[in-house]
Amino acid sequence: MEPVALELRNLSVYYGAFLAVKDVNLAIPRHQITAIIGPSGVGKSTLLRALNRMNELVPGCRTEGEVLFDGMNIYDPRVDPVEVRRRIGMVFQKPNPFPKSIYENIAWGLRINGFRGNRAQMDEAVEGALRAAALWDEVKDKLHQSGLSLSGGQQQRLCIARVIALQPEVILLDEPASALDPIATLKIEELMRELKRDYTIVIVTHNMQQAARVSDYTAMMMLTGEGERSGTVIEFDRTKTIFTNPRDKRTEDYVTGRFG
Amino acid sequence: MTTDDGRRTTDDRRRTPQYGIRMFEPNLERRKALGVVWEGVALLAILLGIAMLLTLLVKVFVDGLPHLRPQLFTEFPSRFPDQAGLRSALQGSIWLMVLTALLSFPLGVGAGIYLEEFAPKNALTRFIEINVANLAGVPSIIYGLLGLGLFVRGLGLGRSLLAGVLTMTLVILPVIIVSTREALRAVPASIREAALALGASRWEMVRDHVLVYSMGGILTGMILALSRAIGETAPLITIGALTYIAFDLRGPLDIFTVLPIQIFNWVSMPQAAFQRLAAAGIIVLLALLLTMNALAIWLRNRLQRRW
Repeated sequence: MEPVALELRNLSVYYGAFLAVKDVNLAIPRHQITAIIGPSGVGKSTLLRALNRMNELVPGCRTEGEVLFDGMNIYDPRVDPVEVRRRIGMVFQKPNPFPKSIYENIAWGLRINGFRGNRAQMDEAVEGALRAAALWDEVKDKLHQSGLSLSGGQQQRLCIARVIALQPEVILLDEPASALDPIATLKIEELMRELKRDYTIVIVTHNMQQAARVSDYTAMMMLTGEGERSGTVIEFDRTKTIFTNPRDKRTEDYVTGRFG
Repeated sequence: MTTDDGRRTTDDRRRTPQYGIRMFEPNLERRKALGVVWEGVALLAILLGIAMLLTLLVKVFVDGLPHLRPQLFTEFPSRFPDQAGLRSALQGSIWLMVLTALLSFPLGVGAGIYLEEFAPKNALTRFIEINVANLAGVPSIIYGLLGLGLFVRGLGLGRSLLAGVLTMTLVILPVIIVSTREALRAVPASIREAALALGASRWEMVRDHVLVYSMGGILTGMILALSRAIGETAPLITIGALTYIAFDLRGPLDIFTVLPIQIFNWVSMPQAAFQRLAAAGIIVLLALLLTMNALAIWLRNRLQRRW
């Protein structure tokens, strides 16, 4: 097993009194792609958003347990969520570029995080991020057009570029391709495979083929029981094992399409 | 499907209804006729409103247009109708608007931002929110009484322009706060999340995104609030702006008057010439109002985003 990037210990997430994600223990390996799969409403996104403290923006949401990142629990009171979110970036389901120029979409994150380069270094950083997101060639002549003028797939890669520019250690992707057509989806998947050399990637996906295609590890989430509404990770293993030889019967039923 | 004792099972309810076409009586004639009747009633309602407005406008223009000449703007009020003008009232109105805008914009927008973006959602903020919304509906003369007690007498500002500005700020603050909050709320959560997920603080998110994208809506609300203020008479009469002023405004502590008060003044005069002068004043006020509303519409169309 590879070195660990994020270690979840007894992680539970509540919305008010409702226990959404129950008692997850997981070691997410470094520089690998980890997929979180499972039926709708099982808490996949909630679990993902617990990894960079995005959940606490939801009123009434409460997290218990620990997420160890770089030797530190990100929920430790001494840790600033703003700093966590710079180091653990996030890409959302629906592309959400800022209604600003393509250039500014990337430069803004750098600027607020105290980027100290001069104008030329900023240009370089923007170009680097766009190249890393495989978008540079498509937008290099229109950097000052609105990010909203791009196609859906390009917008999503712009959102990825925006995250990469901040040099995070982990990138969280919440169903990043579910609003895209198959060709744009393919591009995002290719991009993920390239990015894993430098980043740890965690992706939530509804699409099991996608999980099988791109991920190295898969976490299978299920409701804790019949009639329950809390979800948890029931099995975590290499993706190949999850899809060919799962230990849990429920995982097998789900990945073979018999259920869910 | 029925069970042994004749009860229908759930499956049964999902099937196509079993009654035939004969069970319907379309009655199309009557339904269409009813539609025509109601269309007529609605048309009458709108025509009534338009007719009244037109009558008013025609009357005002017929009376006032001949008086709409340069001296209306350059002369001070006078006992002699052919020498009277709006100079001091126009100055008062413009200064009142400018100063009220300068004061109420930061206060109103700031309060809106705090309530919408930063305030914890608890009983206290809900109480404040409800009160702000209610204040927007309080009759303006109440604000006039408050201004009289607080600014004119309490702070000793007298019947000054400053007292008027402070009072008028109170009148329109709730409107600005409410419209600011609506404009902020129109910025989708996904944009806020995007900013915060990049490691922005809440204030950075608001400053560089939410506020920027909602500025069109905020300015529109601001202009509409001001165009309400420019027509307000009651609170200013209450604080004592009903005066005869025959000199230029020298500063914020000077006494002042405004367009609607000057119009009110002329209307209450017995001479017919003053009535016609009042009509000319109304045209000026209307022109100002329409210009401001047009500006608001233009801003809204130009700056508003669709998500």
